[in-house]
Amino acid sequence: MIYKMTRRAALAGVASIAMIAAGATSALAEGWKPQKPVEMVIMAGQGGGADRLARLFQSIIQKEGLASMPVLPVNKGGGSGAEALRYLKDNEGDAHKIMATLNSYYTTPLRTDIGVDIEEFQPVARMALDTFVLWVNADSDIQTLDDYVAAVKASGGEWKMGGTGTGQEDSLVTAMLEKEFDIKVTYVPFKGGGDVAKNLVGGHIDSTVNNPSEALGFYKAGKVRPIMAFTPNRIEVFPDTPTATELGHNIVYWMQRSFVAPKGMPAEAVAYYTDMFQKLSETEEWQTYTKDKALMADFLAGDELQAYFLEERAKHAAILADMEADGSS
Amino acid sequence: MDTLALLADGFATSLSPINLLIVILGVTAGLFIGAMPGLGSVNGVAIVLPLTFIVPPSSAIILLCAIYYGAMYGGAISSILLGIPGASTAVATTFDGRPMAQQGKAGLALIAAAVASFVGGTISVVLFTLFAVPLADLALAFGPAEEFALVLMAFTTFVGLGGDDKLKTIIMICLGLVLSTVGLDLISGQPRLVFGDLPGFYSGISFLVLAIGVYGIGEILYTIETSRTAPQVTPAKITLRELGDGIRTMNKMWRTMSLGSFLGFFVGMLPAAGATPAALMAYGIARSTSKNPTSFGKGNIEGVAAPETANNAASTGSLLPMLTLGIPGSPTTALLLGGMVMWGLMPGPMLFIEQPDFVWGLISSLYTANFAAVAINIALIPLFVWALRMPFTVLCALVIVLCIVGGFAPSQKMHDVWLIAGFGVAGYLLRKADYPLAPLVLALVLGPLMEKSFRQTLIAEQGNVLAFIERPLSGAFIAIAALFFVLPLVKYLRKGGVRSIAPAE
Repeated sequence: MIYKMTRRAALAGVASIAMIAAGATSALAEGWKPQKPVEMVIMAGQGGGADRLARLFQSIIQKEGLASMPVLPVNKGGGSGAEALRYLKDNEGDAHKIMATLNSYYTTPLRTDIGVDIEEFQPVARMALDTFVLWVNADSDIQTLDDYVAAVKASGGEWKMGGTGTGQEDSLVTAMLEKEFDIKVTYVPFKGGGDVAKNLVGGHIDSTVNNPSEALGFYKAGKVRPIMAFTPNRIEVFPDTPTATELGHNIVYWMQRSFVAPKGMPAEAVAYYTDMFQKLSETEEWQTYTKDKALMADFLAGDELQAYFLEERAKHAAILADMEADGSS
Repeated sequence: MDTLALLADGFATSLSPINLLIVILGVTAGLFIGAMPGLGSVNGVAIVLPLTFIVPPSSAIILLCAIYYGAMYGGAISSILLGIPGASTAVATTFDGRPMAQQGKAGLALIAAAVASFVGGTISVVLFTLFAVPLADLALAFGPAEEFALVLMAFTTFVGLGGDDKLKTIIMICLGLVLSTVGLDLISGQPRLVFGDLPGFYSGISFLVLAIGVYGIGEILYTIETSRTAPQVTPAKITLRELGDGIRTMNKMWRTMSLGSFLGFFVGMLPAAGATPAALMAYGIARSTSKNPTSFGKGNIEGVAAPETANNAASTGSLLPMLTLGIPGSPTTALLLGGMVMWGLMPGPMLFIEQPDFVWGLISSLYTANFAAVAINIALIPLFVWALRMPFTVLCALVIVLCIVGGFAPSQKMHDVWLIAGFGVAGYLLRKADYPLAPLVLALVLGPLMEKSFRQTLIAEQGNVLAFIERPLSGAFIAIAALFFVLPLVKYLRKGGVRSIAPAE
């Protein structure tokens, strides 16, 4: 009994030193540690962009020793992530499960009736925002946005826009583009971003809205040309590509890469993971990766992140409603 | 010359003691992972990927490629010994590999598979070394229309050449196609045939679940009924002499194996096609060009050699679009691609120029991985064959456990286990009624590819069906497909003609 008391006292002493040393937030995190391997649920299948990123996180965490227990990625990509969302909802209170999200975090619960309200989940950390760029084949005559709009109009609706899936990010960006310029394109869905980029280079489609990372290889080889970035500020890797905001169009769109926790996960556990990802975001590997891949590293956590999620969900609801109204007319 | 110098540099990297050790470890692990029904190269690569940070990138990719290759060799093992294809690429290997095992020739079949894999792997690596860069352009010429035509061709090699009851074959293909539509539709994004919103069906019915069900559980049920007490499998032994005989037999099969290698490499190279159609087409062609086509499906060693050369050649071929275009041709190559990105390499058109050390180190390691895989595989054959000598009562329980674990492991859903049980019973009944199971499984693999590319083409071409014929590449494939379809009919009519003349004489 006396022994235990001393140990506790010692612990408290260490904790208070840590508190002074590292500030209140991380001291809170010191108090809780995972007791078994942590499941990192991925809202997409193996090999896609989200999956690759999650596995990058896993390897950095492992290499830098950021977690006391291993982090194991688990793919639950069924139904555009519906499977993962359901899984997280059904594991209320579990302190050893976190989920890697993408924009289907908003759209899937909006489009399908799976009984998940993302407001119930707890925000852990937003790691990055991925950007979208309008691409054409480098052999085409299109150099500017005006050329592009003119070419699409001249094609009389036969302009082929390739993208990943239907009702997902690429088709939402396409819908925004159509609405803004009052144009009509033929949207051809493909299975992945790499497939889309390849079909653009092979001349099977006329344009894409690929993420920079998906088209970067072809861009460096001079096979594709960026026309416009769907961002407010210029992307570092494409210094000569104008942005939508610059050209006076309000069609900015981001893909978020974040982590969330199930409802009822103890606050100390959430803080532990937030802290882990904060440390991760400061590692050199992560900073090099985001720079090479034209990802915007933009760390956000806590209530601010939840507010961001809810705002984005409202935006996506509006775009989806627009698309549906368009489809039925 | 330039290529040879670069390759020599590559060998300097891949033949260093540490990298050789890595190759041997990777190949052995891959062999066992591939031999387990349910686990394939995807799982092996996914597990090892984060560990690769400890070693330099060139050693890391060597480890991953060794696992990839080892698993490709291993896939044939469960196809031959248990009749359960460990991966979709090994379905065609069961057609003749399983009957050979049942006749007590499991050892010979395993040797044939190992040697054929080695030949396919080696020829395709040579092709890769010489033509990797120019061939990338050919892969780009493949749009949805060409993909459709290619898959159609793969289908017809099977339908046209099928020796089983034609009507039953067609019924099973249709059933397989229906099963392939279950899940979320790519084009509309809507769920289809999810049986009143069962969440498990949203991700579709995976090939593995169906194959493990109908081949694994179904086969066991059938064997229990037909054999009662005596095992149906003849215990096989293997001696050094048999090994020599096996290799000598394989020496007579150069035509089949070189055909399989070239076909496998080119089909594997096309993104989205991959090793399954390649293995299937190689089997079909070997059968139709054989002097003795009726012996296929009853334990003809060429029926093992053809698909095994093709699927290994295709696994090398599918590295080509990944390295030169940055497009993975299969889930495993997608993970390899992810690994390269983690190590700070950018796969794509510039990789060969910017990172020659890495590329040629990788290519040379494919040669060493091939040698290691064939040596380790042949050395382990006695062990694999020994597994067949277990009493059937033990083997039967073991296979069922393997089936359930193998079905559960990739997705970790009980839903899939129940499906396996259901498919097992269905497979048993279909077998009793003498329906061929392979067309069912293959329709499930090829169906989604075919449907997707067909609809993509129609959307892009504003509904113009003629687009398939107007484009030169896809037009040529469709013509070949039509030929495959009509050929058996012509043969049949000819025979009929001869018969009708005969009595008149």
